[in-house]
Amino acid sequence: MAVAGDPAPAAPPIAAILKDAALAAIVTFALALPLVGFETIDVSGVGLGLNFRFAAVAIATATVFLGRIGLAAIALGRPIAVLVPSAGVAAAAALGPWPMRTVAWLVAIAAAVLALRAGLALRRLAPGAGAGAAIPARIVGRLRRVAPPLLLALGVAFPFLPFTDQRLLDIAILVVTYVMLGWGLNIVVGLAGLLDLGYVAFYAVGAYTFGLLALNFDVGFWGALPAAGALAAMVGLLLGFPVLRLRGDYLAIVTLGFGEIIRIVLQNWWEVTGGPNGVSNIPRPTFFGLPFKAEPDEGEATFATFLGLDFSPAHRVTFLYFIILAMALIVNAFTRRIRRLPVGRAWEALREDEIACRALGINPTNTKLSAFAIGAMFAGFAGSFFAARQGFISPESFTFIESAVILAIVVLGGMGSQLGIVLAAIVLIGLPEFLRELNQFRMLAFGAGMVAIMVWRPLGLLSHREPTIRLHATGDRA
Amino acid sequence: MTVVPLLSVQHLTMRFGGLVAIDDLSFDAADREITAIIGPNGAGKTTVFNCLTGFYQPTVGRLTLTHGGGTFLLERLEGHRIAKEARVARTFQNIRLFPRMTALENLVVAQHNRLMRASGYTVLGLLGHPGYRRAEREAVELARHWLERTGLADRADRDAGSLPYGAQRRLEIARAMCTRPALLCLDEPAAGLNPRESAELNDLLLAVREEERIGILLIEHDMSVVMGISDHIVVLDYGKRIADGSPRTVRNDPTVIRAYLGEEDDEELPPEVLVDLRGVPPGC
Amino acid sequence: MEYLLQQIINGLTLGAIYGLIAIGYTMVYGIIGMINFAHGDVFMIGAFISIITFALLWMGGVTSIPLAIVLVLFTTMLFTAVYGWTVERIAYRPLRGSFRLAPLISAIGMSIFLQNYVQLLQGARIKPLPPLISGGIVLMEGDGFAVQINYTQMIIIAVTVALMTAFTLLITRTPLGRAQRACEQDRGMAALLGVDVDRTISLTFVMGAALAAVAGLMFALYYGVVDFFIGFLAGLKAFTAAVLGGIGSLPGAMLGGILIGLIEALWSGYFSVEYKDVAAFAVLVLVLVFRPTGLLGRPEIEKV
Repeated sequence: MAVAGDPAPAAPPIAAILKDAALAAIVTFALALPLVGFETIDVSGVGLGLNFRFAAVAIATATVFLGRIGLAAIALGRPIAVLVPSAGVAAAAALGPWPMRTVAWLVAIAAAVLALRAGLALRRLAPGAGAGAAIPARIVGRLRRVAPPLLLALGVAFPFLPFTDQRLLDIAILVVTYVMLGWGLNIVVGLAGLLDLGYVAFYAVGAYTFGLLALNFDVGFWGALPAAGALAAMVGLLLGFPVLRLRGDYLAIVTLGFGEIIRIVLQNWWEVTGGPNGVSNIPRPTFFGLPFKAEPDEGEATFATFLGLDFSPAHRVTFLYFIILAMALIVNAFTRRIRRLPVGRAWEALREDEIACRALGINPTNTKLSAFAIGAMFAGFAGSFFAARQGFISPESFTFIESAVILAIVVLGGMGSQLGIVLAAIVLIGLPEFLRELNQFRMLAFGAGMVAIMVWRPLGLLSHREPTIRLHATGDRA
Repeated sequence: MTVVPLLSVQHLTMRFGGLVAIDDLSFDAADREITAIIGPNGAGKTTVFNCLTGFYQPTVGRLTLTHGGGTFLLERLEGHRIAKEARVARTFQNIRLFPRMTALENLVVAQHNRLMRASGYTVLGLLGHPGYRRAEREAVELARHWLERTGLADRADRDAGSLPYGAQRRLEIARAMCTRPALLCLDEPAAGLNPRESAELNDLLLAVREEERIGILLIEHDMSVVMGISDHIVVLDYGKRIADGSPRTVRNDPTVIRAYLGEEDDEELPPEVLVDLRGVPPGC
Repeated sequence: MEYLLQQIINGLTLGAIYGLIAIGYTMVYGIIGMINFAHGDVFMIGAFISIITFALLWMGGVTSIPLAIVLVLFTTMLFTAVYGWTVERIAYRPLRGSFRLAPLISAIGMSIFLQNYVQLLQGARIKPLPPLISGGIVLMEGDGFAVQINYTQMIIIAVTVALMTAFTLLITRTPLGRAQRACEQDRGMAALLGVDVDRTISLTFVMGAALAAVAGLMFALYYGVVDFFIGFLAGLKAFTAAVLGGIGSLPGAMLGGILIGLIEALWSGYFSVEYKDVAAFAVLVLVLVFRPTGLLGRPEIEKV
């Protein structure tokens, strides 16, 4: 690795660069030494033993040292000297037969990022690249116009595409569920600016409403759906009423506390909720009363027999897919519509400045409550779909991590951007499901991604906001 | 005179812990008049506004607002109801617009309560009821009127936060006017404006008083604005009223001059300060 | 009576651990007004570093337990402090002046990252630390029930008291403490007067992390098991303690920690172990709703 091989000749502050790189390397060493360098293992008899992984520590330290020098070289205007070796390192680390796969991949990623930055710097230096900065904005603008109809068409046609098998469709159902949850939470976080860390509690309320109604009163999915939404909204109102006047970060923590309380109650109130075992044998949704069954009871009409089709398990999965797609699209249409209504504008105004809202005669508590309850209602709908799809629910599905995942989708998508949420859900949920090997790194990437977005693009990847009303037609804007 | 004043402040006292920010303050503000509250920094002017608009609960005192819509005891109303029912609108010393919404949206949000009713508290609006669409068109027309009055019509679709400082000040006044107030409270509207902008502000405020026939309460340090357009001035110092009267009487009141300029002799003061206080001809 | 006393002793021990973590929350909130959501995970990292160091000392043949504890204490504080420093440098410092909720979202991301980082590196299984110190002092003997304070509890309480004393002196008597209080009051003004604000904030994180590391060590000694998820619950409870005591107040953090520890121990002892976390969260919600300034906090006046 010869990233440092070509220090700039024009008297660059080499000493300063080396000192900075050395400091970064020392910090990396101190970070890596205890947790990367030693692995705790169980040793029978003693209880605790250690494995050593000092090579990984050395590689991490070296990577940071050289990477830091590379960044400095880019800043000094020598991107080529960085681009070539870092691209080489990236390729070698990714493709070579190294024993420590994870470490090699991390090195490859670090080198690739460096190479990318060098490449970008190179383009900025190239003659006639003045318009370079405008390109992303234009691409994003076009993407925003073209992508929604395309995605919609893809979404509707997805179950019938030639390459769609049952596994893919299952993943798609999961992705769309998260899209719906993301769109629902977006009303609370993106529009009203209320950071809700307990969103999953309303999802749980919806799921358990359906599960318990089915278990105790034999209510079907369609009968339970309105009840699930209404109950979740009601819980939202009850929880929201005392806490919504709190400041933003306190509100976040309190909602987190509420979410955990609800989960703990579900876990321990086993007389009603079944405790950690949860509720099972939840009935599947029917198609206007027609069940999806391979072996119908005597004289019973099923979806397949009614339509004269051969029974196929794909029917049910396809039907589930369309249910969640329709529910998600309803949330989307609702959100787009309500943004243009006074209550939607008041949500956004509250996000911007609560004090000004009060001075304009807007009741902040009621306005926040409406956002909170509507968001909760959509989570309740999604929850009862979740119960119907799984056929089984337990408190384990409703941990804080679940709330964090939904929040990550909203944040990474660009708070307030519905399209961004779809893309974020595909990347964050779909990709790791598809590439199972990545699954163990998924949450790691979630966390790192949330930090990175806040540092680089705090308003999200697609942070453009479309005005809800215009005085002039779009054309004659200055 | 037996005319009931638009706003009557009686024995207003505001304490924060041991600190007395306002001490037994009483004054009236008449309808269709511009009443200025002036005083050195820290005299409690903004605190008066915060009590009037419900951000602070006064320790003691009665704040009565009387207009065609009825009589309101402001100290008993919640902040948002003061704007909604008593129709008191205000601006802020450090501009508080909705920066990531457009200028037009800012003005439409100001008409929230009317639009809320028109949208059937959202239900009819969601169903696309024509009554709501009509109300929204009217709201946009009112907004357009005030955008034109403040010279912002061509920038209506720009984010409020991206407007220059002077434009933001005017937009905030336009937004307050879109609530259709009976009393407009302006907290240092001329702060940070250049002389031309502050002359335009004078014209705007005089026009608002004439055309809208409302009362205006004004906190201002810029004496050219205060002396130029006020009908009535209340002077505060350390939370107490030290003078109350027409610009002419206040300008020549020795207590006022002492409060502004300290205890020293007038002669030792820098001339431009005196000009600020005395030199502006009335009614300019 | 004996049972009650025993629960109080247990609660005080637990409270000492929560209090040490809570100081990190309270200091950071005091100085930059953010909830350092990742602080609980820094505590967890402290616990891991301490058991790793114990294992290492073992393998190196250190047999004296007091020596081992002292060595582990300092090693853990040092390495965990580096984590605290890095977290601030990477995830929070670039966000000064960003929108209001940005630091909190970043902190949540950091917390998720650290949990999964440790899980990937050290595995998801519970790590046991064999009991190092056995025995204790029997304080009282009632009918078939002995009130006992064991040596681990005594160490935990003694170390906490010592650290708190040293720490209070540090904050009230040194230039660093003065700089810190200046930054709390007005960061811009402090910078104008020559206080290195970045450095002061960094040191605040370093100190918070070092105290959390001690808490991590105590946790490992007391419970004998550690896993990558302990930071979440302990962090939330410590945050509750900080809020209960009045966020921004150091004595408040300690007081809040002790109260939360007592509530948890007494609740477990007398009502139900299953709902002990609900008790802590309920305290959090009630305090924030009814007395957001906590027991010892100063009221905030809304600036308009």
